[in-house]
Parts: sequence; structure tokens; C-alpha cells
Amino acid sequence: MSNHDIKIKVNGVVRTGTVSARTTLADFLREDCRLTGTHIGCEHGICGACSVEYDGQPVRSCLMYAVQADGHEVTTVEGLSDKDGKLSALQDAFCDTHALQCGFCTPAMLISAQSLLNETLKPTDEQIREALSANICRCTGYVQIFQAVRLAAERLRSGKEKVAS
Amino acid sequence: MKAASFDYVRAGSIGEICELLAEHGPMSKLIAGGQSLVPMMAMRLTKPSLLIDINEVKELKGISAQSDNLIIAGGTRQHQIEASSEVKRFCPMVQKALFWVGHPQTRNRGTLGGSLVHADPAAELPLVSVLLDAEILLQDADGEESVAASEFFLAPLVTALRPDQCLVRVSFPIWSGAVGGSFHEVSPRRGDFAIVSAAAQIALDEAGNCSRVAVGLGGVAATPIRVFAVEEAILGGGLAKTQLHELARLAADEIDPEGDLHASAEYRREVAYVLIERALTDAVQEARARMGASS
Repeated sequence: MSNHDIKIKVNGVVRTGTVSARTTLADFLREDCRLTGTHIGCEHGICGACSVEYDGQPVRSCLMYAVQADGHEVTTVEGLSDKDGKLSALQDAFCDTHALQCGFCTPAMLISAQSLLNETLKPTDEQIREALSANICRCTGYVQIFQAVRLAAERLRSGKEKVAS
Repeated sequence: MKAASFDYVRAGSIGEICELLAEHGPMSKLIAGGQSLVPMMAMRLTKPSLLIDINEVKELKGISAQSDNLIIAGGTRQHQIEASSEVKRFCPMVQKALFWVGHPQTRNRGTLGGSLVHADPAAELPLVSVLLDAEILLQDADGEESVAASEFFLAPLVTALRPDQCLVRVSFPIWSGAVGGSFHEVSPRRGDFAIVSAAAQIALDEAGNCSRVAVGLGGVAATPIRVFAVEEAILGGGLAKTQLHELARLAADEIDPEGDLHASAEYRREVAYVLIERALTDAVQEARARMGASS
């Protein structure tokens, strides 16, 4: 069983640690970095609760070993709000549309939705469905989550237009 | 569950991969995207003692069109293949199959080679490689070996890849003429493995006759299969709609699917019939539209 010194940039901060090879990226984030917003559900890539952004793209952090992420960048749900804890437009929209009940899937829903909004502020319903298809929610029935993503896109678009005018 | 303990090493080149495989043999395992391997390790279905990470090997990434083939390196991410203009131009069938593969999160990590060597009998990329007569290039410490996709898949999760070999790249033949293709599947949920998937690709000559055709099914046998009886019938001249209907029935009669928890054998046969008809109809329609566009 090999141990490895790793260095991963998490939410803009360089984190170092020594991990055994079998430590998943999800466990490293939760246990070593104490970033417990990343949730672990099924631990084999089905539920999507552990989604994080890895080098700018959403991935499942339970399907990677932490040692593989050595030298790479990760954004977790803790990295979505600003330094003072002010929620992002997407997070605000989730509150406004009641897009969560128990909250277990929420961090990963936010990561998946934010990745989509980073690509486009005019997502089609099909694009939203595709982006969220990898995340299972057992409470909401998904409708309000959908509405939240649409609302956030709308607000971000009008915010941009204001800045431009 | 967590994986059993293992050692980890990051390989820097194909040469290094081959040396490590030669030294450590069957107890070692390559990891690329890990989207199938990591769950299997978490469930302790496999317990490699050494994991050789090939994600940083640049030679294993890339897409290029060379004369009559579209060549995709084994470690190329599914997401990159999905977004590639070269794949869209020369071999759009691969993208049509990828539409059904997993989710954005899994395609961001998952690779072409990883899907092929995993060899799930219901997976889309193995089906498309068999459909298009892809050549799969394998390498070990002694050299390279090219294996036809039709000979690569041996049984569920079993391929012709030896434990000391690495899948280096896959060559998809580029079809000429007015080419149309279609991929359909039925699965319990979006992104799941298919209960049945069906794919068809057809090329029409200038007179509108079929010059080349491939029809394949996934999820109905131990490996993805071609339906040669249907291909022969089409090459014999049958493309009218009523005939496609009969051809789909012929395909369903040709197969011998097994039933499992997800679907009975009868249901699989019926779904195969419906999907083959759809795939053929769409492929013909697309090929005819291409012919109209180019004339």
C-alpha cells in the first residue's frame, strides 16, 4: 500500500497532504481538507452527490483517487460563494425557488448547474436536463431545481446586460 | 465501500506503461477515466495490487483523420470526442453513440479505450466499434498488435486484451458517399447501460442504391453483434419502407437474447425489432438528405 504526498489547489487554496493510494478525492476533501459540503452517497458513481469541478469540469469525486488529482485544481461547493460567505446568484436562486428539501444532493446540484452556467447563460431545457441528469434528488421532483437554474441564468444575463449598458 | 489497498504509480509514456505491465503482470491494472474500474474496486469485484495511472500520458490522447481512417487515441476523453469537429465530419456515428453514454460528469473523465476494454455487453462504444469494423491497436513491451473489433470482444467484460497489453488507439474507417447513421436505445434511466441498443449506418451511391451498410445491436448477446442477414438483404436491394419493417423483423428473429432482472428475453427481442426499424429508417433518411444536399 503506497502513500503519496499530494498538492491540490482546492477553491483557490493549495492543500497538501499525505494520502494512501486508495483514498478517494471525495474522502480527501471531506476528511483532510474538512470541506464537508461534498457529500458521499453511493460511493460508486451513480448518485452524483460527490460532484466537484476538476480542472474546470464537473466530475464525480468518488470515482477518482486523491493521488490522481495531485497537481490539479478542484472547486467544491464551498468555493461557489464569495470569501465573505455571500451566496452566488445560483445559490440565491435555489433559495428563492425552494430547490432543496433535505439538502443532501444540493452541493452537487449546484456544482453541475454552475458548470452549465459557466458555459452558457442561455441554457435550453434540454441542456439543463442533461447537466442535472447525473444528480439524483429524492425530495424535490427536480422541478424547482430546474426553475432555480433558469432563474439564475436569467438574473446573470440581466446583470451582464446592466454592466454592459 | 472503499477499495482494497493497492500501490499507485503514474506512468509518463506508453513505453513506461508496457514496462510496468511486463514487470507486474495480471495483478496490475491500468486506470484511465476510472468510471468503471473505480466502482468495481469499491465493490471489491477487482483488487489490483498495483494501479498504473495513464491519465498523464500525452501519446494516449488525440483525434486525427488519416487517409481513410479516423484515429482516436485510447486515452481520449469521451467529452473531447463528443466535441470534436473531426469526429463530427468523418465519423459522426461515434458521437451519436456518445449521446447515450453516461452523463456529462462521467464523460468528462471516461475514455474511449476504457469503455472498450471494460466491454460491457450493453455499452455503446463497443457496439459502435463493432458496427464500423474498427481496428484496435494494442501494445506490449514486445510490440504492437492490431485486432479487429469483431474479434476483440469475447464475452461480457472479457476481451482479447492480454494483461500485459495497453490499448493504444482505435481506427474507425471513414465511409465515402452519402452516408447516414442512427443510434437508438432503451434504458431504465437516461445515461444507464442500455437494455437494448441498435445502430445502423448506410452509404448510398449516386443512383441512390445502398453501396455499404452496417447494422448492429447491443444488449442482446454476450458481446455487441452485427446483424449480417439484414445487411445482406439491404445490399440485395431492399430500402423501401415496407421492406425495412420486414428487415427489422428479420433482425429480431436472428437474435437470441437472455432475460435478466431488467428485461425478459421476449421484451428484449421486441425492443430490438422496434429500435432496428427506427435506426434503419433514420439512417436511410439521413443518407438520402445528404445525397440531395450534395447533388
